[in-house]
Amino acid sequence: MNDLNNDEILELQRKAKRVRSLVIEMIGRLGVGHIGGALSIVEALTVLYFREMRVRPEEPLWPERDHFVLSKGHGGPGLYAVLAERGFFPLDLLWTLNQPETLLPSHCDRLRTPGIDMTAGSLGQGFSAAVGIALAKKISRNPSRVFAIIGDGESQEGQIWEAAMLASHRRLDNLIAMQDYNRMQIDGNTCDINGLEPLEDKWQAFGWNVASVDGHNVAEIADAIEKAKKHHNGPSMIVLNTVKGKGAYFAEGKLSSHNMKVTEEEWKNAIVELQKEGV
Amino acid sequence: MELAGRELRSVYTEKLIEMAELDDRIVVLEADLGKASGTMPFKDKYPDRFIDVGVAEANMIGVASGMAVMGKIPFAHSFTPFATRRAFDQIAISVAYARLNVKIGGTDPGVTAELNGGTHMSFEDAGIVRNLPGMIVVEPADSIQLLSLLPQIVEVDSPVYMRLDRKNTKLFFEPDTEFMLGKIHQIRDGGDVTIICSGIMIQSSIEAADILQREGIHARVLNMHTLKPIDREQIVKAARETGAIVTAENHSIINGWGSAVAEVISEEYPVPLRRIGVKDHFGEVGMTDFLLKKYKMTADDIAQTARDAIALKSTGAGGR
Repeated sequence: MNDLNNDEILELQRKAKRVRSLVIEMIGRLGVGHIGGALSIVEALTVLYFREMRVRPEEPLWPERDHFVLSKGHGGPGLYAVLAERGFFPLDLLWTLNQPETLLPSHCDRLRTPGIDMTAGSLGQGFSAAVGIALAKKISRNPSRVFAIIGDGESQEGQIWEAAMLASHRRLDNLIAMQDYNRMQIDGNTCDINGLEPLEDKWQAFGWNVASVDGHNVAEIADAIEKAKKHHNGPSMIVLNTVKGKGAYFAEGKLSSHNMKVTEEEWKNAIVELQKEGV
Repeated sequence: MELAGRELRSVYTEKLIEMAELDDRIVVLEADLGKASGTMPFKDKYPDRFIDVGVAEANMIGVASGMAVMGKIPFAHSFTPFATRRAFDQIAISVAYARLNVKIGGTDPGVTAELNGGTHMSFEDAGIVRNLPGMIVVEPADSIQLLSLLPQIVEVDSPVYMRLDRKNTKLFFEPDTEFMLGKIHQIRDGGDVTIICSGIMIQSSIEAADILQREGIHARVLNMHTLKPIDREQIVKAARETGAIVTAENHSIINGWGSAVAEVISEEYPVPLRRIGVKDHFGEVGMTDFLLKKYKMTADDIAQTARDAIALKSTGAGGR
C-alpha cells in the first residue's frame, strides 16, 4: 500500500475520534472502567482495523484473516468500540459492557465476543499466544499476519521476553506487534516502578525490527506498519508513544486513569469537548 | 506395534508420529526436555511441526494456546512440576479458560522422578490441574493403555493433562485391551473391598489383592486412569457392592485420586475409605522402590490398609 494521502489520514482521524467517543461513552455509562489504557490505543486499533488488517466482520472466523491479540486485555473496551464501528456487532452492544451475561467483559474473551481472536487479561500471556498463532500460520503456509498490542507495564512480565526470544529465533516476520508506551501503570509511572528504558534497545537486542512513533498519529502508525510488512527477517515491534487516557480531560495523563470511576457529567462533557476539536 | 521391553516414551512418540501422518493438526512442543520426553523422532520426521521453545514453560503453554487458536492440536511436554505448577496460570487462562485444545504431557510423575529429587518430584500436579473447569486429567499407566487412550485424547476437543511415566517398560495389561477415557477399568472383581488405583500403583494394588486373596479376602481392583471427569457410577457401584474402599496413587492424597473418590463416596454412598499415597510432604532423591517403601505405599501397606477399611465396616465408623 502507498503512503496515506490527506483524505485517508482525515478519514482515519475521524474514525479514531468516533471510536474515542464510543469508549468514553461505554465506560461513562457504566460509571467505572479501564479507560486510560483503552484510550491510549485508539489510533493504533483504528489504523489496524480500518486500513491494515484483512478481516471480514460478517465472518469473524474467516480462516484467511489477519489475527489480532490484545495482550493487554484490560484495553478491551477500546477494541470493542473499534469492532462495533467496523461492523462485527451492533453498536448497541457497547452499552452492555460488564453488565451481567454481557458479551463484552472487562478483559478480552475469545468465547464471548465476535472478532476477539484470543482471551487475555493475565498479563504477558496474549503475547505468547500471538507467537503461537504466527508459528501455526507459518506451518500451514497461511500468508496472513498476526498483530498484537502489549502494554508497557505488561512488559515487566518475564513471559513477554520469553515470547520475544522465540519470535525472533523463529524469524516470525508475520508477527507485527505494538507496545503501548503510555509510561504509566497502576502503582505509578513505569520509570519509578520498574523502568523499561532503554526500551527500543531492548527490542533490538532481542532481535526485533523496531520503530518508534507518535501513538496518536495515524499516519505515522500506518507508515510504520507498512515498513514492518516489508521486513522479512523477523518480527517487528512498533513502540507507540502514547498518553494514558488520551482525549478524555478527566483521565488524560492521569495515573488514576487505569481503572477509574467516571461521572455522567464528566463523560458527557468529555464528548462535547472532543467534538469541538477539529479533525 | 512391538511393546515388550520398550519404554513408554518410545511407544508414545511412535504412536504420535503415526497419528500425525493422518492428521496434520498435530504438533509437538518441548521446553528443552525433548530428549527426556522421547519426542526427538517426531522432530526428525516433522521438523516443521516440532517447536522447542527452550527453557520457558510458561511461553510453551502460551504458544501452544495460540497454535490451538489456529486449529492445531499441540502436544506440549515437560516434567510434571514444570508442565503444571510452573505454568499453571498459563494453563488456567490461555488454555482452560480460553477453552483451547491443548494437550499437556507431564513426565516422571510422583516418585518416578527418582534421583532428580524434591525439586522435580511433584505430588500435586494432577490435583492442581483437576481444579480447572473442562480439563481432562489422565494417567496412562503402560504402553498398552497408552495406545488405547492416545487416539481418544487426540479426538476429544478439550484440553487434556497426561501423566506419563516415560521410562516405564512394564506392561500391566493384556495386549490390545481397550480403555475408555473417563471410564474406570476393572482389573479384578471381588466383593469384600475395592482398591482404586492409578499409574505405577496398579502393580502393587494387584499384589495386595493377591496377598488378601490368600487370606480369603476378595478385593476388587479398579484402575481409575482418568482422574477427571470422574467415573462416579463405577465408584458408587464399588462402594455399594464391596462396602469399603482403598485408594492407591503415586500423588498426594490431597486433591488427587483419593480425594476425588472420597468426594464421590461421601456425597453418594458413604462407606469406610482409606487412602494410600503421599501424605502431605515433599519429595526427595531416591529410587522408586525405596521411596514407595519409605512413604508406605507398598503392596503390604495397601493390603494392611484394606484390612483396616474392612474392619471399619462392622463398627460402622466412617460409613453406613
